[in-house]
Amino acid sequence: MVLSRNRRRRIVSVVMLGLTAVFTVISVSILFFVLAYLVVKGGRSVNLAFFTELPRPVGESGGGMANALVGSAKMLGIAALTGLPVGLLAGLYLSEFAGRGTAAAVRFGADILNGMPSIVIGIFVYTLVVLPMKQFSTLAGGLALGVIMIPIMTRSTEEFLRAVPASLREASLALGASRTVTIVRVVVPAAARGIVTAAMLGLARVSGETAPLLFTSLSNAFWSQGLLHPSASLPVMIYNYAISPYDDWHRQAWAAGLVLLALVLASNLGARWLLVARRHA
Amino acid sequence: MTRAVSVAVARLRRGDVLAHGVAFAFGGAVVGLTGLLAWELWRNSALARRQFGWRFLVTQTWDPVAGQFGAAAFVYGTLMTSAIALLIAVPLGIGVAIFLAELAPPRLSATAGMLLELLAAVPSVIYGLLGISVLVPLMRQWVQPALKGVTAGFPLFSGPAYGIGLLTAGIVLAVMIVPFIVSVGREVLLSVPREQREAALALGSTPWESTWKVVLPYARPGLYGAIFLALGRALGETMAVTMVIGNRPEIAASLFAPAYSMAAVIANEFSEATEEIYLHSLIEVGLVLFVLTMVINAVARGLIAATAETGGAR
Repeated sequence: MVLSRNRRRRIVSVVMLGLTAVFTVISVSILFFVLAYLVVKGGRSVNLAFFTELPRPVGESGGGMANALVGSAKMLGIAALTGLPVGLLAGLYLSEFAGRGTAAAVRFGADILNGMPSIVIGIFVYTLVVLPMKQFSTLAGGLALGVIMIPIMTRSTEEFLRAVPASLREASLALGASRTVTIVRVVVPAAARGIVTAAMLGLARVSGETAPLLFTSLSNAFWSQGLLHPSASLPVMIYNYAISPYDDWHRQAWAAGLVLLALVLASNLGARWLLVARRHA
Repeated sequence: MTRAVSVAVARLRRGDVLAHGVAFAFGGAVVGLTGLLAWELWRNSALARRQFGWRFLVTQTWDPVAGQFGAAAFVYGTLMTSAIALLIAVPLGIGVAIFLAELAPPRLSATAGMLLELLAAVPSVIYGLLGISVLVPLMRQWVQPALKGVTAGFPLFSGPAYGIGLLTAGIVLAVMIVPFIVSVGREVLLSVPREQREAALALGSTPWESTWKVVLPYARPGLYGAIFLALGRALGETMAVTMVIGNRPEIAASLFAPAYSMAAVIANEFSEATEEIYLHSLIEVGLVLFVLTMVINAVARGLIAATAETGGAR
């Protein structure tokens, strides 16, 4: 009786822990399924024209998404120019200057922004930029992505700066350097690798954002006329093409999906590799 | 102290004050931006708030032509899809976290953890694309008919099998939030002291009993934190849901029925909203989403911090 009860307990243990292993296999295989499916479906439609030509009208097959690639690049550029410096300096403030109370306030703000659905950020930029200018624009799209980057950069910059040992700071101060010089010449360089990683991860994250662009940069079937005019972007093109009823457009959506996924995963892996790679001379 | 030195020190200090000021300005900018976000949502939803009041949240008429707006159907869709997603993703995610923290050798755990973080990095529009072309046909041809057959007339699983709808959206969401539950859950479980496990094992419990009866209760607040964090993501997720939920502003009993979510209605109708009251109603939906995710995320952070500080002691 006792023996059989113990046996049952052991069986339960093996079964339940085995189940957790099965769950892990399932979850990880979803990633490989996503990758394989996009490579197969998108691989057929990615060609040189995809990168160099404009979208063709419905009914004509072929064509590309050159305008969307350029549009995405421009918006990412604007996001980097606005989101990175603000996030960096706010993170610097948190780790090097802030007192308890102000730090809590800044962290609270960054955490609210960080958890905000990206579509709400889209509304924010719409009311702040699109409404006054009466124009959907590349600029508005880029700013929306920039706002999303700010809290990501703030919190990760703070984290990496905090990881710099206090002894480094003390050594610099003891040599007579001011706090500013210490931060600029000692602390930030020591954390540079982590900060660059964070910037890459942040850019990768916003490069796939679709929702905040729907009504900030809108979309465009042609080349954008400039920063103050609507522009196509890769994620919005995928969305528009995926929900369209045309087979040609679906094929283009898969191609765009593959290109976007490749970019996002490559920059993710690159950032991680940079963080763990050993420092060579 | 000679005069030259004191001048130099004063100059250094001035530089520090300046640097402090600049950094403070940017830290303040983050707070200001958050405040501005709340204010813009509040200000630009004024018309809808004044005209519909609290009824906005409980009526489900959404009629842009007549200028009547109620968001109940969207709130329902958001809550239901998130609930379905949690129902699937919580057991799955906690299971994976247990495997990675308790069983897997460190290298395997790190590799699988990294792969799941890549899964979290997949853009939501790509999940939507896969949802439309893989999951929707699968649901229509196999899953929904099968569920209907098994449950025989149970209202939750009734009605025509369109493939799209609440259940499909919930499943896509589940896939998207599992990585969040795993990455936070794994950290939380790893922070449980070794002695807890050793004591349980020494008292004769099986490895599973040590996990289920000792480690999980110890880590409970942190695990709830992980779940709330995932819930926050699910509530605001836009593209993937928009693409598979069906976009019909009605509350139906069946999980197979097309529905609508708060984020989806903003995504679909925002750039078409020409009437001011229409726009303000959509922004009020955004305001509801803002408040909801803010509260959920605050709870999540509190719970995770509680585990980190006290080691989860109840």
